[in-house]
Amino acid sequence: MTDLPHSPEQPVVAAKTSRWRTFLKSDIVWSYRHSPVTIVASIVALVLILMAVLAPWIAPYNPFNPATLNLMDGFTPPNSNSFAGRYFILGTDNQGRDVLSTIMYGSRVSLFVGFSATLFAMVMGVGLGLVAGYLGGIWDAVIMRVADVQLSFPAILIALLIFGVARGLIPPNQQEGAAIWVLILAIGLANWAQFARTVRGATMVERQKDYVSAARILGVNPFIILLRHVLPNVMGPVLVIGTIGLALAIIEEATLSYLGVGVPPTQPSLGTLIRIGQQFLFSGEWWILLFPAVTLVLLALSVNLLGDWLRDALNPKLR
Amino acid sequence: MTEPVLSIKDLVVEFPFRNDVFRAVSGVSFDIMPGEVVGVVGESGAGKSMTGSAVIGLIEPPGHIASGEIRLKGERIDNLPEEAKAKLRGRRIGMVFQDPLTSLNPLYTIGEQLIETIRTHLPLNEAEARQKAIDLLTEAGIPKAAERMESYPHQFSGGMRQRVVIALAIAAEPELIIADEPTSALDVSVQAQIIKVLKKLCANHGAAVMLITHDMGVIAQTADRMVVMHQGTVVETGTVGDIIRRPQEPYTIKLINSIPTIQRQAGDVAPEAAANDDGAYVQVKHLVRDFEIGGGGFLKLLPGKVEMFRAVNDVSFAIEKGKTFGLVGESGSGKSTCAKMIVGLLRPSSGQITVDGHDIWAGGAGHKERRKRVQMIFQDPYASLNPRWRVADIIAEPMRTLGLARNRTEVDHRVAELLTRVRLDPSVMRKFPHEFSGGQRQRIAIARALSSQPEFIVCDEPTSALDVSVQAQVLDLMQELQDEFGLTYLLISHNLAVVRQMSSAVGVLHNGVLVEKGPTDAIFDNPQADYTKMLLDAVPDISRVA
Amino acid sequence: MLAFIARRLFQSVIVMLAVAFIAFMVFRYVGDPVSSMLGQDSTLADHAALRERLGLNEPFYIQFFSFVGNALQGQFGISYRLQQPVSQLIMERLPATIELAFASASIALVLGVVLGIYTALRPRAFSTGVIMTASLIGVSLPTFLIGIGLIYVFAVELKVLPSFGRGEVVDLGWWRTGFLTESGLRSIILPAITLSLFQLTLIMRLVRAEMLEVLRTDYIRFAKARGLSQRAINFGHALKNTMVPVITITGLQLGSVIAFAIITETVFQWPGVGSLFVNSVAVVDVPVMAAYLVFVALVFVVINLIVDILYFIVDPRLRDGAKSGR
Repeated sequence: MTDLPHSPEQPVVAAKTSRWRTFLKSDIVWSYRHSPVTIVASIVALVLILMAVLAPWIAPYNPFNPATLNLMDGFTPPNSNSFAGRYFILGTDNQGRDVLSTIMYGSRVSLFVGFSATLFAMVMGVGLGLVAGYLGGIWDAVIMRVADVQLSFPAILIALLIFGVARGLIPPNQQEGAAIWVLILAIGLANWAQFARTVRGATMVERQKDYVSAARILGVNPFIILLRHVLPNVMGPVLVIGTIGLALAIIEEATLSYLGVGVPPTQPSLGTLIRIGQQFLFSGEWWILLFPAVTLVLLALSVNLLGDWLRDALNPKLR
Repeated sequence: MTEPVLSIKDLVVEFPFRNDVFRAVSGVSFDIMPGEVVGVVGESGAGKSMTGSAVIGLIEPPGHIASGEIRLKGERIDNLPEEAKAKLRGRRIGMVFQDPLTSLNPLYTIGEQLIETIRTHLPLNEAEARQKAIDLLTEAGIPKAAERMESYPHQFSGGMRQRVVIALAIAAEPELIIADEPTSALDVSVQAQIIKVLKKLCANHGAAVMLITHDMGVIAQTADRMVVMHQGTVVETGTVGDIIRRPQEPYTIKLINSIPTIQRQAGDVAPEAAANDDGAYVQVKHLVRDFEIGGGGFLKLLPGKVEMFRAVNDVSFAIEKGKTFGLVGESGSGKSTCAKMIVGLLRPSSGQITVDGHDIWAGGAGHKERRKRVQMIFQDPYASLNPRWRVADIIAEPMRTLGLARNRTEVDHRVAELLTRVRLDPSVMRKFPHEFSGGQRQRIAIARALSSQPEFIVCDEPTSALDVSVQAQVLDLMQELQDEFGLTYLLISHNLAVVRQMSSAVGVLHNGVLVEKGPTDAIFDNPQADYTKMLLDAVPDISRVA
Repeated sequence: MLAFIARRLFQSVIVMLAVAFIAFMVFRYVGDPVSSMLGQDSTLADHAALRERLGLNEPFYIQFFSFVGNALQGQFGISYRLQQPVSQLIMERLPATIELAFASASIALVLGVVLGIYTALRPRAFSTGVIMTASLIGVSLPTFLIGIGLIYVFAVELKVLPSFGRGEVVDLGWWRTGFLTESGLRSIILPAITLSLFQLTLIMRLVRAEMLEVLRTDYIRFAKARGLSQRAINFGHALKNTMVPVITITGLQLGSVIAFAIITETVFQWPGVGSLFVNSVAVVDVPVMAAYLVFVALVFVVINLIVDILYFIVDPRLRDGAKSGR
């Protein structure tokens, strides 16, 4: 709509009291308040994240301390007492580990890998996207071709390849300690292209705008222009992709761990727990699989919902 | 008395927002008689387009007609169900949109689109519809219409596409055509032809026209009567001659007075002729710029011949210190390319630009001098200010970059002073650009340009994104600042009236070549080049009221 | 047209060479091929002999050229793990993967396009809300969980469909198909659904977004103003314009189904190239990894070429503009 609701030369009515954020913020706050799904999603995500972060302090048991494990506790169904007489709200697995506690510790690993990998992908993708979009020419051609090719392969394949290569390069005795970092590297490298493509597109739009020309006329250093002028204006879409990318990274980590090439079994993530649980699904011990699976889906779904909402809120025309 | 084709009574169009309702149109009434051309004129936000959309029943939701009635030949149409409204569209009411580049479906030939429209409304078979389509195209002035039926829209120029759009709108012989800014996206020379085609076709087929535009000049040359709208209401209605010569309402008077004209106005002092070029402050000599066509990405790595396009071809002119040189041209004439080379955004292929004796592309000292002395004001005030920066930071950027002011208080002090100069309250420096209107933003952009204390400012279409009344204020401000600081301007514009009003000398660019240059009055009153004559003839101007 | 295809072919060759180079680097420098092939009780002389025979003493670029040369003939060496020629391993398993990919791509394409159009045309309907929410859940469900869930419901609880394997296959000489036996058809149902769900949601969301975008354009507004019927506008004008960008991305998505099959094949123990690859990654069986990489790249490049040609046929602007690049 081109017709604006205020007349040309009268100062636009300033928001009642406060400052610069009012306008943008009130828009986002408004759409948040009017989306019950988003409110629920954010609460679920927050609870799950808090559970993971605070696991060492609030988990009922430490499932990785062999001293406290008792095989007599094994296969306890949810909400009941084990043969050893201890109570487990979500039951125990074959080794007698409390399912709730393993989930809390497991989401810790999943979230750590997810966040780190997304951050890594974001920094790399945004940096390369800015360079490609601003400098254009051969930089653009090379970076975007690589991104295009990579985007046409599923991230999981790229991550598997990188994982396999890293395995071959790292001496066997260090593999266990390095596994989690290899995983972050693999997932991060598999996901940077999406950021790069979006940032490159947005940068190409922004660099044509006159405020960039005005800075160039002044002879402002191109690096400063990118950082201070262009970057703040392309962060909106980056935030959206970052959120959805986090959900993807969590799923990718779970998938790799499920395929048995992720984190070592001594440090199980949600994917590892599901892999373990699957062995007992057909013999009737459903809770060992179900609860980690539900946690994983809730985590991915709530983050995805937040990303979806963020996209709509930042870009109202898409509704 | 005959019955009006269209009769609008107390029309109200509302857009519900959150907890607020915005009235785009509030209580509009007017009639259009058969065969009549009625101009609906107003600035942005006047509700004129929305009135047109309401008539044809294409208001985007959540907008809706809240009250009032619309009658077509006495029959009420605003409350018809959607299917019935759809039957009216094209058959009884045709519509022409602003942008011919996006109005046609790019994947169908124009023949397919015409035949589809004709057969939707008229009981003709394929061959008959085809013949009618060819006739319509011929009538709209498309040469070799029968052959061009198989062409896709992208194979036509903008003006030709708008002819096709008009042919499509009239295809089913509607009683009323709504033309929403039908020429605003086109160059002046094409504009005049399209207006003629629109008038001719509507007259031949007996259709009345509702011509929606912001351009009073177009109305003056085209319409019989006009309706002046402002903020969703009708301010004044009357014959075109009456309103332009004897406006009654204060708003109309102000509007008419702020429209620049290509005629010399009585009060103006004739600017003295430019002196010889050699001592001039800014000198542009034999400027050339070539662009490579096509072949991006990896293809650049391949050897081979590159096609070149010469955007600017041997352009030379000079500007006296403290004077304004107007550079006129249509789109694609190379005027913006010239501007980019002069401010240092684009390296010339050959030629020389000197400002105060310094060659600005010589590097080193020349580069430094350019940064200090040359500034630019851009066309679109919505894109020329970084939306994430505060006004104070935007205006302070040049001083900070050039090291003109170091400490905070000094910067704040200078920013406040600059804001006062451009007639804005210094307290606005804490705000962000989105909190301002277009005209205010352009003032901020001017303040930023002045911030580096330049001597020469390149103004690239500084007012073409603004409404006329705002345009007048910005032009006045530019003139005052020129007098105050002795600024030298290069004014680039497609608007001949603005150039006449502002500059002492003028150059006319056409396809990259400077076809004519000289003192403003000489060029406007006694043009030598054919292109200049054509351009001056084509301009719709309110002084030429029919 | 020919120049356009020639240029695309040239680009494809560059992409393939780049991928071959990566594959070669992996093959050559990840782990030690000699000790992997000989095992532990081998002499230094054996090592030297094998190095010589494999050409590992040749200069770098000659090794690369012989790698490319061998790859062109389908030779990728011997699997460390299974001690069989890699090309033979892949060829044996290829039909299984291709049949699975074909089945799920068909499901994803048909349902994705239909649902995308439906939700775009009825943006405010309740059913649209349900479908969009379901699609979001679909993206959030990891493929392996969907597989496990389907196995649990249809194989363990209801016992109507097999939970793993390909069923009986018919050997056609050059191809072993599961499409001709009842057990083969029954076996492919669950894996195909599992594999298709993710692509389905992607395609659906893409079609919907593109169509909504097209429905907002001026030429659709103008088509309405010309009085065309809703049907003609939606299916004649909007749909055709939607399909132009959709073809590209959908094509690439379908290409990635083959690579995506890795997970599904593992869950359902489907004897395809994907499960072969996963098993190879776990034990760093480098020749198989390198060959698989080249194979997937080839699929990608071929699909890309087909997509480009389709694009060319659909969009008249491209036909004229081909000489001036994109």
